[in-house]
Amino acid sequence: MEHTVQFAPATGLLSGMWLLVALPAVSAAVLLLLGRRADRWGHWLGCLSVGAAFVLGLLSFFALRGQENRAVQLNLWEFISAGSFRVDFGLLFDPLSAVFVLLITGVGFLIHVYAVGYMEHDEGRRRFFGYFNLFVAAMLVLVLGNNYVMTFLGWEGVGLASYLLISFWYVRPSAATAGKKAFLMNRVGDAAFVIAIFLLFAQLGTVNFDGVANQVHTLSSGVTLMLGLLLLLGATGKSGQFPLTAWLPDAMEGPTPVSALIHAATMVTGGVYLIARSNFIFTANSTLQLVVVSVGALTLLIGAIIGCAKDDIKRVLAWSTVSQIGYMFLGVGLGGAAYALAIVHLLAHGFFKAGLFLGAGSVMHGMRDQVDIRRFGGLWKYMKITWVTFGLAWLAIIGLPPLSGFFSKEPIIVAAFERKDWTAWLFGIAALLGAGLTAFYMTRLFMLTFHGPKRWTDDIEHPHESPPIMTIPLVLLAVGSVAAGGLMVGPVPKWLTPVLGHEVRGEAVLAHSAITILAIAVTLIGAGLAYLLFRDGTATAPQPAGALVTAARKNLYIDAFNEAVFEKPGIFLTRALVFLDGKGIDGAVNGIAASVGGGSGRLRRLQTGFVRSYAMSMLTGALLVVAAFLAVQYGWFA
Amino acid sequence: MNDLKLPAIDYAALAPMLILFGVACLGVLVEAAVPRARRGLVQVPLGLLGLVAALVFVIAEAGTRKRTAGEAIAIDGPALFLQGAIIVLGVVALLLIAERSLEPGGPFVAQPARPVGSEADRSQAAGEGGATEAYPLVMFALAGMLLFVAANDLLTMFVALEVFSLPLYLLCALARRRRLLSQEAALKYFLLGAYASAFFLFGIALIYGYAGAITFSRIHQAVTAGTGSGVLLFAGLALLAIGLLFKAAAAPFHVWTPDVYQGAPTPITSLMAACTKTAAFGALLRVLYVGFPGATWDFRPIIGVIAILTMLVGAVLAVTQTDMKRLLAYSSIANAGYLLVGVLAMTPEGVSSTLFYLVAYGFTVIAAFAVVTLVRDADGEATHLSRWAGLGRRSPLFAGVFTFLLLAFAGIPLTSGFTSKFAVFGAAFGGGQVWLVVAGVVTSMLLAFPYLRVVVMMWLSEPGESTPSVSVPGAFTSAALVIGVLVTLLLGVLPGPLLDLTTRAGDFVR
Repeated sequence: MEHTVQFAPATGLLSGMWLLVALPAVSAAVLLLLGRRADRWGHWLGCLSVGAAFVLGLLSFFALRGQENRAVQLNLWEFISAGSFRVDFGLLFDPLSAVFVLLITGVGFLIHVYAVGYMEHDEGRRRFFGYFNLFVAAMLVLVLGNNYVMTFLGWEGVGLASYLLISFWYVRPSAATAGKKAFLMNRVGDAAFVIAIFLLFAQLGTVNFDGVANQVHTLSSGVTLMLGLLLLLGATGKSGQFPLTAWLPDAMEGPTPVSALIHAATMVTGGVYLIARSNFIFTANSTLQLVVVSVGALTLLIGAIIGCAKDDIKRVLAWSTVSQIGYMFLGVGLGGAAYALAIVHLLAHGFFKAGLFLGAGSVMHGMRDQVDIRRFGGLWKYMKITWVTFGLAWLAIIGLPPLSGFFSKEPIIVAAFERKDWTAWLFGIAALLGAGLTAFYMTRLFMLTFHGPKRWTDDIEHPHESPPIMTIPLVLLAVGSVAAGGLMVGPVPKWLTPVLGHEVRGEAVLAHSAITILAIAVTLIGAGLAYLLFRDGTATAPQPAGALVTAARKNLYIDAFNEAVFEKPGIFLTRALVFLDGKGIDGAVNGIAASVGGGSGRLRRLQTGFVRSYAMSMLTGALLVVAAFLAVQYGWFA
Repeated sequence: MNDLKLPAIDYAALAPMLILFGVACLGVLVEAAVPRARRGLVQVPLGLLGLVAALVFVIAEAGTRKRTAGEAIAIDGPALFLQGAIIVLGVVALLLIAERSLEPGGPFVAQPARPVGSEADRSQAAGEGGATEAYPLVMFALAGMLLFVAANDLLTMFVALEVFSLPLYLLCALARRRRLLSQEAALKYFLLGAYASAFFLFGIALIYGYAGAITFSRIHQAVTAGTGSGVLLFAGLALLAIGLLFKAAAAPFHVWTPDVYQGAPTPITSLMAACTKTAAFGALLRVLYVGFPGATWDFRPIIGVIAILTMLVGAVLAVTQTDMKRLLAYSSIANAGYLLVGVLAMTPEGVSSTLFYLVAYGFTVIAAFAVVTLVRDADGEATHLSRWAGLGRRSPLFAGVFTFLLLAFAGIPLTSGFTSKFAVFGAAFGGGQVWLVVAGVVTSMLLAFPYLRVVVMMWLSEPGESTPSVSVPGAFTSAALVIGVLVTLLLGVLPGPLLDLTTRAGDFVR
């Protein structure tokens, strides 16, 4: 280890960094506890608290720039201490958390303002802002924690808030199902994360970032591999990466601002944050890096292919998010200089994807919540601001210079070509292909929504532009979509150097300029193809299609795979346990008993288990236990 | 021939138990002497005073580490900690038991044979003030539990087991509402409890046959010496474990739990979930850590499998439940599994984390059952899950409190559920039991689902016509609820002091 990581204690303004978390948390508590009394002004409080956190984040950012040691920690209190093991409730403000804080509070503030307009007619608006603030607070804990337990604390918090916000429109059964799916798939990842934390604790005796970073070189490569794979599984769960992809598109059942903030700009990038934060573990093992790169490359292609076949405006954007986070995973997997590039792409993506989602929300707002892009068309005339801002975000995401996406995505493609062996070609071409596909599906989306003939449903006569409270955030995000990438690609990697290491670039297998030209070329080809195919609109009913398109429409059979691998065995296990538990009709009987009050004759039926069968199952258990003890004793198993 | 000598008895060390037994006997006298209508007024303060006095003696004995009454009783760190925990949890549960404002006559019925709703039944609800016999019974049960966790030989342990079990069987039968359900639960609990006791007793006989003694120190010597028949040792240990695991509600000896938890009067359910569990695990800790640590490598795989099965059964079946009390019963089963994970660490951290978990879980579960007693309609408690839909709109405060408690059960950070699970899993990992930790983490992730489903149902559904109202709690229930919630929060945010205490209290005397 060439240098040890040491965090300086917080002083001055930075010792108030706990306020970053406290502001939205207190606001959430006020909104949720005051109830209807806060209905009239609750949403403004929600915006204000996030805005204030943004200002404080900005001030802290400048304060940090003036520091010699750009990693400042604040231990609030001792959280858990048992024997030699100790976890502090501690915050860390360093370059990496600083950029995340600015993204979360900055973009978060814009989306909060937008939601004031978007949720205006929803009677649950105050509650919505309560959960929304809760999410921001938890997300800030996630990125500000100075140890893995704190990160996990935020990790669970954002999962909880996301579950509540997806299920927010409870009247839709699909929303409830989607909430459940998101919850369960996230749990798989969470379980892996927890086990990784215990593994760290058992191996190193610490879970603090500095402690782990300084000791990670003492671990054997098997342990780092295990550790990294567990963290990666946790990250894939949160970020909707392969194999835990399927929940993210379904999560679009929630209100659109939720999709924009949680399922595009911030929470789903938590996995990227985790890997970037754990860069010392991932860098220590090249097999691990190969796995991360593969996950990223595979997911970016899966997301892009499925994105081409979807007709629901939010789902196209959701699969596009999956695909773009795939680029970020590719980046953090490549390691070295690409860590910072992934973060740059993450930040740039935060702007343009939030803009796209909010634009989609604005379209839905004007089109009576229609989401089927086959029933849009010609909207540019009716929603000028949405059209322009969406268009800029579209150009940004497909990576056309000089917009933001070009500066953030193209370097990742170059970095993929800089791998040391033949995999450079594999991942480089995958990244290029992904860029072409991105251009195709995003152009398709843009053309079908805003151009071509009107294919509206009959109930729509005059689509209208959204009110200023929604369009102003759109404009600001569009400015970000245009400029963020170009402005950040230089300074941000430099700024992140203390956390992610110095920039060491390899030799690409192709000349840099050749890759740039190729990237622009595939983008233009993809976009051009989509323009030609969809400039005249499309059929409003599903058309028969070839095998690949059918597969893409069916999410490349990922759902079927999940069902076969997770759901079926789960259902079987439940049934088996219910059966073995001797009361196969427990649920049904309780259902009957729902409204039974005092009537004793019917109540009698409620208890289905006979004592004799209980005693029998205990006896069987007892015999098994005794037999097992004797078997272990006499080595009958051996 | 030796002379028969009386063993030295340290009365100060035994004081907590003596006080509670004395209070229980006094309570019986009160039942005999005081007019029915005024018994409650005497019994409640008497019980609370007794518990406080017992707690004072427990605290005064802190640091004691000795055996007394001829090795029959051990007063050491874990015993005192567990006694203190049982007393404090008992106080909170007693507050729930003493609540009489929720329904006329309180949750216990004096003459259960009278037909429900008849003139005679109504008059006994109005005038006679319910079954105040409950109070001395609770005191006997708590006193038995104090003895159970301090018992240093198997026979004392067995006697204590029966002393605290018999009152509980009776208490289960006293529900004012749903009487037949309650009586059936009591009968089931009694029959199966007797059955489990038989296993335990047979185990004692086999262990005596193996070691020639019943005190844990002598058993330990015999186990480490390795002489004697392995069949006796392991069959005996297995049967002992079964008797204790029955009380702890571990699978496959958990079958009674859902029925009994559902049928018993809710305050008694809370007493069983908090105090009985604490007592059972206290005794299990002593048996395994003091009597049989020499056989760790033999019993750990088997009890480990039981732990995994318990977590799995609890978590998976909790998902399918539609009744709140049954849901909490399966959750209590799953929690028994997590506690076993802590126990099986077989390290000092294993002891301290298990102790911590017991306290944390006890407070949360009492508070949860306190909320259950409040959600009611004309027919008593409305425990069916569908009735809780939309409760957040009707009564945001109580729905909020219950949400917090469910999040604690789900192990969400900043609640005691997270810190306590973290502690036991950490201890098990440190003890090399990775497989148990993996199973524990996976099942706890699964178990979070039924809890959060309830949360979503309460907040995100419209209240239906059948959504019951939440009664305004009386002073006793409010106090129990406030204590339970505050401790759940405190142990989630600042667990340090209690963790320190459990670490210092983790040393058994042998």
